[in-house]
Amino acid sequence: MYQYTEFDKQFVRARAEQYRDQLERWQAGKLTDDEFRPLRLQNGWYVQRYAPMLRVAVPYGDISSLQLRALAKIAREYDQPDAALLREAQEKQLALGEVPVPGGTPVVTRLKHGYGHFTTRTNVQFNWIPLDKSADVMELLASVGLHGIQTSGNTIRNITTDEMAGIAPDEIADPRPFAEILRQWSTLHPEFAFLPRKFKVALNGTPEDRAALGWYDIGLQLRRSEAGELGFTVRVGGGMGRTPIIGTVVREFLPWQHLLNYIEACIRVYNEYGRRDNLWKARIKILVKAEGQRYIDKVEEEFRAIVEQDGGPHTLTEAELDRVSASFVNPELHPPVRKGADAHLHAIVRADAEADPLYDRWLQRNVRPHRNPQLRAVTLSFKRLGYAPGDATADQMETAAALAERFSAGEARVTHEQNLLLPWVHQDDLPELFAAARKAGLAKPNIGLLTDMIACPGGDFCSLANARSLPIAEAITQRYQDLDEEFDLGDIRLNISGCINSCGHHHAGHIGILGVDKDGKEWYQVTLGGSDGSELSGAATPGKVVGPSFSAAEVPVVIEAVLDTYRRERRATEDGRQETFIATVRRVGIDPFKAAANAARFTEREVA
Amino acid sequence: MIEIITAGAPAPEDQARVLALANDADPLAAELEGVDRIELHFPKFTDGRAFTQARLLRQRRGFQGDIRATGDVLVDQLVQMWRVGFSSAVLKEGKDPADARRQFERYAAFYQGDAVVKQPLFARS
Repeated sequence: MYQYTEFDKQFVRARAEQYRDQLERWQAGKLTDDEFRPLRLQNGWYVQRYAPMLRVAVPYGDISSLQLRALAKIAREYDQPDAALLREAQEKQLALGEVPVPGGTPVVTRLKHGYGHFTTRTNVQFNWIPLDKSADVMELLASVGLHGIQTSGNTIRNITTDEMAGIAPDEIADPRPFAEILRQWSTLHPEFAFLPRKFKVALNGTPEDRAALGWYDIGLQLRRSEAGELGFTVRVGGGMGRTPIIGTVVREFLPWQHLLNYIEACIRVYNEYGRRDNLWKARIKILVKAEGQRYIDKVEEEFRAIVEQDGGPHTLTEAELDRVSASFVNPELHPPVRKGADAHLHAIVRADAEADPLYDRWLQRNVRPHRNPQLRAVTLSFKRLGYAPGDATADQMETAAALAERFSAGEARVTHEQNLLLPWVHQDDLPELFAAARKAGLAKPNIGLLTDMIACPGGDFCSLANARSLPIAEAITQRYQDLDEEFDLGDIRLNISGCINSCGHHHAGHIGILGVDKDGKEWYQVTLGGSDGSELSGAATPGKVVGPSFSAAEVPVVIEAVLDTYRRERRATEDGRQETFIATVRRVGIDPFKAAANAARFTEREVA
Repeated sequence: MIEIITAGAPAPEDQARVLALANDADPLAAELEGVDRIELHFPKFTDGRAFTQARLLRQRRGFQGDIRATGDVLVDQLVQMWRVGFSSAVLKEGKDPADARRQFERYAAFYQGDAVVKQPLFARS
């Protein structure tokens, strides 16, 4: 992974000092709440329903075992509400009622603390750290090169890319050096710290879009020109929220040397012309949609001026790309050597694993091919009953750190699907890793299956949420605990957001669940057929609503009805396998699913 | 460092020819002939349009005179104002200039180029 320079380290420490200065001025009454809010947001500090939330940046998901241990320490020592606050919060959440599970135990909210949460944008969040400890936490983070810079606010946010970046066998080029170049360029950019709205950039390095580029404010697809030169196809103006829009290609081919010049033009035009009068219309997608070609022309004009009149000071050189690329030190790889008792032990572990039907399923779902044929990329599943999707306790983060150290050269990656990926696992170590991960409860072979669902923290924590996400996620997880059934259902993306801000990417889910507020009660809209842009899911598109919203109690039953419809409608494919859920939805349309979903309502309600 | 002007301080004998540029005005089209000072207004400190305006005036237009920030000017935005080309700022009433000055001593350098240091860190020798 990227090795921080002395400059990088010192910069992050300076940021922690700056934050302490700001916090202390706020505590002393020298900054009003309104003046302090954007400052703390630009360091990742929100104030939520009951307590502050901290969002720690994990640039393009890359995290070291040392950093994981620091996050574990924060979870253990700082993610701790006082008893009265926790009691009050718990009572209020219980009052929201339970979600029944067909044939199972009703789900109620049980607030936990002392854990971190992996997000869809590869950040890590904490929910209970008191604000008066926030500067201490920033210093602790800085000591391991972590921070919360621009994880919130109307800024350029954490840059994301494919979790297999740099190790995928089918890569056009490694997107990580460009992601790092963008991280540096966007960090404390003086001109773009108060944009009309938040701004998210993603890169993808393989022919398949694995980074949901169409959904980003700027999506950068690495490609080669006919002449073999490396560059990007640039999309601008994608986004979720109230108005889901897939980004427009504004440049078919941008030579990589001009990456920063062109992005500067895209964002400058947005900073000048983006709407600031209405929060819901302030994202760049609205500007691009409204202006169309005029936006593109303006960007091209500004890009030319940056290069020709300003002299293109940020034009990238071979030397800079080489320098940054060289900072991504690939670990030295030596196959595990096992002699004597070790070899004997390995044989036992291997035989145990191979006798375990779960191991085969784990190899199918959690282990992926690597650029280096000797290696594998292995996903530790943080989707298991009893934990919210993406939640990791202090102990579990430490265990993950130990697994990364033992099996993956001390490196892990936070994935968009809220799991942790180990990128450097030797194939001979797979039985040992399986055994160790299983012992830690992180070997559930459900990657890409129904229970590998995405969910935002929702109404249990977030003050923006209209409804809770986590009890819905838990109810569905509880209902689908039979692995045979899950494997039979196959690849499905189920995404849950507690409100239209879409942190749970419900628009892009094959099945999307969205919390909505009606009469102060929790309701849920269900969508079908959404896509992130991957090969499995098809061209990026928002899902279609199946009908009026459902009560919390109805949701698990409705999801079951939708999945039963799939099992009824699906066909065998040519290779003798079953058609996937999304393929069936595409082929038969959403009507049969809609009918089944609406028939599963508890009571007939008038269709508004 | 940016010149910090305390709000409400009695204006000195100021003969400067001032252009007050609105937030929605195009800085590339503004008539700058004979202008000593351009004032850019922050209706709210979270409205970032003037940062782009200042940068274009200073860097693209090569304006040599004073570029002044007015309006909702707070301590924590002064460094970035300086970096995009502002040379003076009227600090909002009640804000402590000492707090402001301290912010200029914090970072040894920044990653990206700006109106003051044109080259990004990677291109500086």
